[in-house]
Amino acid sequence: MAAETLFGKIWDSHRIRTLDDGRDLIFVDRHLLQETTSAAAFDGLAHDGRPVAQPGLTFATQDHIVSTEPVRSLASNPGGRELIDLMGRNARSHGITMFGLDDPRQGIVHVIGPELGLVLPGTIVACGDSHTSTAGGLGALGIGVGTSEVEHVLATQTLVLPRPKTLRMRFDGRPGNGVTAKDLVLHALGRFGIAVGTGHAIEYTGDVIRALPLEARLTICNMSIEFGGRLGLIAPDDATAAYVRGRPFAPTGRLWDEAKAYWRTLRTDDEAVFDRELSLDVSTAAPQITWGTTQQDVIGIDEAIPDPTTIADLASRRRIQAAIDYMGLTEGRPIEGLPVDVVFIGSCTNARLSDLEAAAAIARGRHVAPGVRALVVPGSSAVKREAEAKGLDRIFSEAGFEWRSAGCSMCVSINEDIVPAGARCVATSNRNFENRQGPRSRTHLASPAMAVAAALAGAIADVRRLA
Amino acid sequence: MKRPPFENVSGPAAPLPLANINTDAIIPAPYLRSPSADLGAGLFARLRYDDAGREMPDFVLNRAPFRSARILLAGRNFGCGSSREAAAWALVRFGIRCVFSPAFADIFYENAFRNGLLAAQMSQEGIDHAVACAQTAQDHAHFTVDLAGRTLSCPDGQQIAFDVPAFRAEALLRGDDDIAVTLQYADDIAAFRASDALARPWIHDFGHPA
Repeated sequence: MAAETLFGKIWDSHRIRTLDDGRDLIFVDRHLLQETTSAAAFDGLAHDGRPVAQPGLTFATQDHIVSTEPVRSLASNPGGRELIDLMGRNARSHGITMFGLDDPRQGIVHVIGPELGLVLPGTIVACGDSHTSTAGGLGALGIGVGTSEVEHVLATQTLVLPRPKTLRMRFDGRPGNGVTAKDLVLHALGRFGIAVGTGHAIEYTGDVIRALPLEARLTICNMSIEFGGRLGLIAPDDATAAYVRGRPFAPTGRLWDEAKAYWRTLRTDDEAVFDRELSLDVSTAAPQITWGTTQQDVIGIDEAIPDPTTIADLASRRRIQAAIDYMGLTEGRPIEGLPVDVVFIGSCTNARLSDLEAAAAIARGRHVAPGVRALVVPGSSAVKREAEAKGLDRIFSEAGFEWRSAGCSMCVSINEDIVPAGARCVATSNRNFENRQGPRSRTHLASPAMAVAAALAGAIADVRRLA
Repeated sequence: MKRPPFENVSGPAAPLPLANINTDAIIPAPYLRSPSADLGAGLFARLRYDDAGREMPDFVLNRAPFRSARILLAGRNFGCGSSREAAAWALVRFGIRCVFSPAFADIFYENAFRNGLLAAQMSQEGIDHAVACAQTAQDHAHFTVDLAGRTLSCPDGQQIAFDVPAFRAEALLRGDDDIAVTLQYADDIAAFRASDALARPWIHDFGHPA
């Protein structure tokens, strides 16, 4: 048998047939729904009188538009009520299991998928959200889709897609002090850019990746879409199986043994060929922070804002100057010390228990600087409960952070959690686009520990001085 | 849902030659709060309106003849970021029928075609020429897109080639219902599921804990 990549093995095992036009019809094992991208899909089904093909393989939650007030109810967010109600009504009328606002399993869809054992190694997971690639941290193919494709999966439990090309991204070296999974992926974005993954499935490899705990692998794969890649994954190993075991929807008994034996085959063969290979040595990377308005605008915390006049390419120079202007920066100045107004610890990138533990370790016994609004938004209601059982909520509250309820919150700012106009925010989320966190918001992406360091200092700060 | 077949487009082409125009820029999050939001009004809202909601006169879609643009000329990596299909809906509701770019982001590209919006790949040189025409020509309103011939005719008479996979062009021209096309393979899907249930029973036969 020809040598094959991990991606190819999973893709081929889901291929129902190849169509005449060369695209593949693939089976979707788990379809996850969220409230802001599914309402129109159900309208489409109703219009054409089509049923949901596999409601038993379909799961819904409410995460994007929900209020994250510490004690919340449906009345907390009247602006989101319509989509929240529609998700509930559509799930009920089609027999779809929903983890809604009042369900202890509620949370950001990319956090609860792995947490509940819905995402399993070797599966194909579809969801109407670009960060579905998060599932790759468990060795699954998480495919982010638009609403028409949500409707397509609802109606057929399949997707029709061109087979992506393959890209292997290898991380070598020894990460330095203060360098987390978030720093690794930001560093790679700075090196390779935000379009290197377009049309590709990315496999992350190398000793650095292998050594990452499972939640950190989810963080890496979460940001695959920021490279332009719809898919990103890491080969499952014993640590993956240990993570999955015992989760509510994970297989048990004989099925567990069969699944685990299958998962052992899920690795790229030694002789397999990728369409593209990239590698980077992370040994000299400092903790990372973005300065501009795309994720490739990233530097180490000990570096300076770039000087556009030193850039030869005219289009790049203009783009960098525009980003400096939007962000209110001065070229050539160190990024450390830049005053911040808001700190957001949350999102599908960095709001799992290990992220909150890393943040609390820095926050413990210290206090948020005067004038800074600092929020901690757990990725799921389960993460919130676990964190509270460990006393993290008290550490954060005593340090002056808001301890909120689970949701997407200030990452997408589709609810009330908005960065004020002109304000500067250090965020653990994934997008620093213009206006992303609110009109004229200025976003700097970083790790949870770096975000805490900024909250304590009231300015962008080097976490290595605190740890 | 069956779509109206794509017809060749004539009209103004709005130049927006920036790279990495993301879907947050195309349709900002507040327009996603309600299924009944006016997405055409929300198209490029943060670039189009000031904080008080007034049009910013310098933005291309606020200037004649681009207020009635049917074509958008964009830079590389158009539609990157969020999967929000509202980005495609907003362009269509505004009246845009074709977007030209040297490269599209994957999810936007798929969303565009599923809404009858032509996302056509064109060389940077071709984009630069069309942008220059749109900005300077006397009759800069008059661009014509010929999908079958894969050409964009510029006001200066130049014809610029663009690329669209044949199957996508044909589906647009027919106005295919993508779900109906897939349901033609319902037997294959059922057969796959039956054999897969034996190969990977943990996928199909798993408990639903209360």
